[in-house]
Amino acid sequence: MDWTLLTVQLLNGLQFGILLFLLASGLTLIFGIMDFVNLAHGSLYMVGAFFCATLTQWLDSFWLGLLLALPATAVVGVLVELIVVRHLYERDHLDHVLATFGLILVFDTLTQMIWGPDGQVIPLPAWLDGQVSLGDAIEVPTYRVAIILTGLAVAFGLFILVTRTRLGMQIRAGASNRKMVSALGVNIGLLFSIVFVIGAVLAGLAGMMIGPITEASIGMGNQIIIVAFVVIVIGGIGSIKGAFIAAILVGLIDIMGRSYLDVLFKMFMSAQNAETSAPAVSAMLIYILMAVILAVRPSGLFGPRGR
Amino acid sequence: MKSLTLRGWVTLVVLVALALLPVFVSMTGREFFLVLATRLVILAIAAVSLNLILGYGRMISFGHAAYLGIGAYAVGIPVYYEIYNGFIHIGIAVVVSAAFAFLTGLVCLRTRGVNFIMITMAFSMMVFFAFVSIEEYGGDDGLVIEVRSEFGQWVNLENDTVLYYVCFVSLLGILYLIRRIVHSRFGMVIQGARGNEARMQSLGFDTFRYRLVCYVIAGALCGYAGALLGNFTSFISPEMMDWTRSGELIFMVVLGGTSSLFGPVLGAGLFILLEEILSGFWLYWQLIFGIFLILVVLFAKGGIDSWLGRRPER
Repeated sequence: MDWTLLTVQLLNGLQFGILLFLLASGLTLIFGIMDFVNLAHGSLYMVGAFFCATLTQWLDSFWLGLLLALPATAVVGVLVELIVVRHLYERDHLDHVLATFGLILVFDTLTQMIWGPDGQVIPLPAWLDGQVSLGDAIEVPTYRVAIILTGLAVAFGLFILVTRTRLGMQIRAGASNRKMVSALGVNIGLLFSIVFVIGAVLAGLAGMMIGPITEASIGMGNQIIIVAFVVIVIGGIGSIKGAFIAAILVGLIDIMGRSYLDVLFKMFMSAQNAETSAPAVSAMLIYILMAVILAVRPSGLFGPRGR
Repeated sequence: MKSLTLRGWVTLVVLVALALLPVFVSMTGREFFLVLATRLVILAIAAVSLNLILGYGRMISFGHAAYLGIGAYAVGIPVYYEIYNGFIHIGIAVVVSAAFAFLTGLVCLRTRGVNFIMITMAFSMMVFFAFVSIEEYGGDDGLVIEVRSEFGQWVNLENDTVLYYVCFVSLLGILYLIRRIVHSRFGMVIQGARGNEARMQSLGFDTFRYRLVCYVIAGALCGYAGALLGNFTSFISPEMMDWTRSGELIFMVVLGGTSSLFGPVLGAGLFILLEEILSGFWLYWQLIFGIFLILVVLFAKGGIDSWLGRRPER
């Protein structure tokens, strides 16, 4: 067994899980409170990455780029909420799905008009670009460790926000009974907007963090958003805790499946069969996981019963 | 004889126009319209089949494009092994689609609301990734279907006009079938469960089984459309099953009007025409398309069908 490779893959899985959590936490909050299905969440992830790329190239500093791209993404989030999303809260899920599908087309095309069809590179500062050693002889990329630490910090902050602050109390109350909260004098419209923008910024942050690894490209959000939906469905819609656990689970299973499933398969089938079937099964692994979990618990691991 | 309503006139005019289109094409020699119309009719079949579950049953499936893909591969894979019999192709397409719908339906239909949307999408993505990773059938790059299905000497699909009429007659047959289903006792139970499931259950109907059968019928019909699509494009790739394709099918249904028999045909028609016209004159046509989609959702509730006057009492 190659321990270095195993450690690196575990870290990759963890890092993927953290990114998924940043996306899924916004999705699950928006869904839990507003009952709103936002397919365009992945577009904010893409927009964040593109803003960060351009600002980093202009200012020649990743940190300044990141710092300025966050409020810029928030502005886009506010605009989307004001112009489109706000008018859809009272509608049913079908309308949400369609309108946000339209938003995806708009975002992808606008991005192509502004930045052209090619991907944008986000250069990293030198000290983040190297390797860091963990224990004896195991080296891992510094930047991936940085993503994991940042993500954990954000997750912790979000957890404090939701469980320990007044805003968080209102968010949780809104998730369990919208009408009652507004009857008690909370400005539910404002609360919705705030939650939507928090979600947008978290999605943008995820895009900015992955940007230096994959580069910012058009449609980058359209695949990962589906995985993020898998995460919130597994975790149970509306639950931050569920989103966190499911995100890490899905991230680890996906990456480990891609790296080690063929080894596992070779134990009980011929090498050739294993080589051909392992990639197919590993790509489907998280969807199989979701199907199994929903078959056993139709509202997810930590979902509210009877929604 | 009853006088026709506006809805009846529109239906009649569209169907007659579709029926006479090849005559127009042979007179003017504009083959392009035949290609466009074939695509339109095939996607209309897919949209009509989706409407059976989405419109009448309120089961918002976001994975319907998977059946198009299954149907097309049901032509592509046998042809790859030099089996050209069209009855075998159609048979495989329908049976495999129905089996897939049955197995996934057992899981999907246990869930409600957004979970249903997401799990149907997840299953379609499983099919998508399965075909991406099967190198034998082209993987990511797709599979060229060299020969169209053979149905004996009378029906030669290699002739584009014949293929068109096969698609058109299939559309008519499937519209008739859906009409019969919707007005049958079975269809009434499905629509009753859309409005109030608990009530139908207390009347003694096992709504899960009714829904499952409905889901299987819709899947099988769309698999049939997929087999036609495979013949038409002579090429199949996993990209046809991407979740955005399923989104387009939903858009066609909603654009035309959910739970109206002919609405999805109009929706598919408008969708294809808009796509064709817009993509012709602007590189960034999808921007207009996206804005149009949002505007339809925000302001045009009920789709084209609702502009044609009130629905007759059933």
